[in-house]
Amino acid sequence: MKKQLFSYKFKRKFKNLDLLFFLGPYAVTFFVFTILPVVVSYFIAFTQFNTMEFPVWVGLENYRRLFLEEEYFMLCLQNSFVLASISGPLNYAVAFGFAWVLNEVPPKPRTVLTLLFYLPSMSGGFDVIMNMLLSSDRYGWINSFLIKVGVISDPIQWGQTEELMLPLAIILLLYGALGAQFLVFLSSLQGVDRSLYEAGAVDGISNRWQELYYITLPSIKGQLMLNAILTITAAVNISAPSIFGSPTYNYKLYTLSMLAADYSGRLEMGYVTAISSIMLIISVTINKIVQYLIGKIGR
Amino acid sequence: MTDRYSEQQSVKKRKKFVIFKRKPKFDEEGNPIYVKKKKLYSYHRLNRTFTGDLVLTLFLLFGGIFMLFPLVYTISNSLKPLHEQWLFPPNLIVKNPTFDHYIDLFNFMGNSLVPMTKYLFNSLFLCVACTIVTVLSCSMCAYVISKREFKGQTALFKLIELSLMFSAPASGIINYIIVANLNPVDSYWPLIVPCLANSFYMYILKNFMDTFPTSILEAARIDGAGEFRIFWQIVMPGCKPAWMTVILFAVQGYWGMDTGAFVFKEEMKGINAGINAITSVSVQRAGVTGAVGILMMIVPLVTFIITQSNIMETMTTSGMKD
Repeated sequence: MKKQLFSYKFKRKFKNLDLLFFLGPYAVTFFVFTILPVVVSYFIAFTQFNTMEFPVWVGLENYRRLFLEEEYFMLCLQNSFVLASISGPLNYAVAFGFAWVLNEVPPKPRTVLTLLFYLPSMSGGFDVIMNMLLSSDRYGWINSFLIKVGVISDPIQWGQTEELMLPLAIILLLYGALGAQFLVFLSSLQGVDRSLYEAGAVDGISNRWQELYYITLPSIKGQLMLNAILTITAAVNISAPSIFGSPTYNYKLYTLSMLAADYSGRLEMGYVTAISSIMLIISVTINKIVQYLIGKIGR
Repeated sequence: MTDRYSEQQSVKKRKKFVIFKRKPKFDEEGNPIYVKKKKLYSYHRLNRTFTGDLVLTLFLLFGGIFMLFPLVYTISNSLKPLHEQWLFPPNLIVKNPTFDHYIDLFNFMGNSLVPMTKYLFNSLFLCVACTIVTVLSCSMCAYVISKREFKGQTALFKLIELSLMFSAPASGIINYIIVANLNPVDSYWPLIVPCLANSFYMYILKNFMDTFPTSILEAARIDGAGEFRIFWQIVMPGCKPAWMTVILFAVQGYWGMDTGAFVFKEEMKGINAGINAITSVSVQRAGVTGAVGILMMIVPLVTFIITQSNIMETMTTSGMKD
């Protein structure tokens, strides 16, 4: 009797002891290898650090330099904003749209089609083919075709025509939309409870759009949020496609992350971290807004 | 009986009458022809129209063919003889296909100082170990965050969510300092241990577990199942699609893992090191590089096929409901 009582007390006191087992490995690694380096590295934003010597504390010098002296900062912010605000939502919509349409296909063709869509992100080689398509001389595939047909007489300078750069960049960035996020969407769509659709049909849902808005989207809210976070982070860290080179022609499409990459090439890590901390603040802010919007879906 | 019979007759008559009511066509002799309209197809899907489905399927096919270009180019590039390799503009489809590059590749592999199978084994070992570690650790954490209650749960989850947005460029340096101080260099530990925590995979698993009915867990608890049994025998089988997806991402990410920063012994390096030694010699190895690209794709491709077919299997058989 006494023994039972003891074990009962023991169990009540250490009810959550197994949490240590479940959470321990993840939490320890997470704090040591993810949080600690990032927190320390954001401290570097207040120092001068060339990766070889010990960082020297300079206070807000990096931020002062970034906001007041950097001639490309406002331009980069503007370019990033334009490129990200078009490309981010578009990529998100395309990833979801393809996953949603694919989800309707019967299982066997679906696997084949999924493989087709996912292949480029497995095989790579996309940049190579775009370089050939959009080569600026007479031998680039598009240029040579257009010259043969007689539409143009001189080859189009794809990387140097300012009006063409933004649309081209958006199309090129679209290719990357069908990567991991697309698969996450697809697997979450397949997990939606089928009986909900039947119940919805009884309750008066009559076409696929209503079904999408009132049943599908609310039941995959979590994955919508995850992909929104990934898309926003990618969009804030966006850089122009590699065929434009860096820095791009006339600094059009020259974005914040390209600026950061250039300075990290000069090993000014303190300055680079200052830039990336600003990008973090931007993406956290946008995420809060989007989180609020996603919470409202289907109500 | 007779009543019912006559009733049926009258119904039949009425039906016939209805058919007669339609405007009948007449042949040359003046006899009416009855053409019964046959449906070309029968299409029974909830809230779907045939045209809509057709349009979407065509759209998918078109898109799929478009997405195939890079792969076709890589394959045909690996089959091109050297003189065709440097043509400009390059051909999309190879004209004189040869398997020389593959034969060359295997010859080079046979001559390497450390046998290529050793590199291959290292890479496979690392890939499998990292994947198992990641999936187990992330799903344990996801289970606890999704289905249990403890202090600091929301805070931890918010932090994990925030860590998805990190992109600190200098963190790589600090990460290296930490790992180098914690672990002996020249072992696989510094490569495997950080895999224990991955925010992206954790988030996928957590989202899936949120939809898993809690009542089943409670029923199991009442029946006397311990937490480990609940996790291993109820939650994990129920979340198979989620961890299959995670396995796919993990294998794809860890397969080409660069061992360079922590492993310096040649016989412990991954397949990347061995292949770089072959392909980075000079431009004349461009064809071999193409062949390598194709061969390196095999592992992710096989994983993709296995995991995707498994996801579908579970989806069709599972009937988990609250």
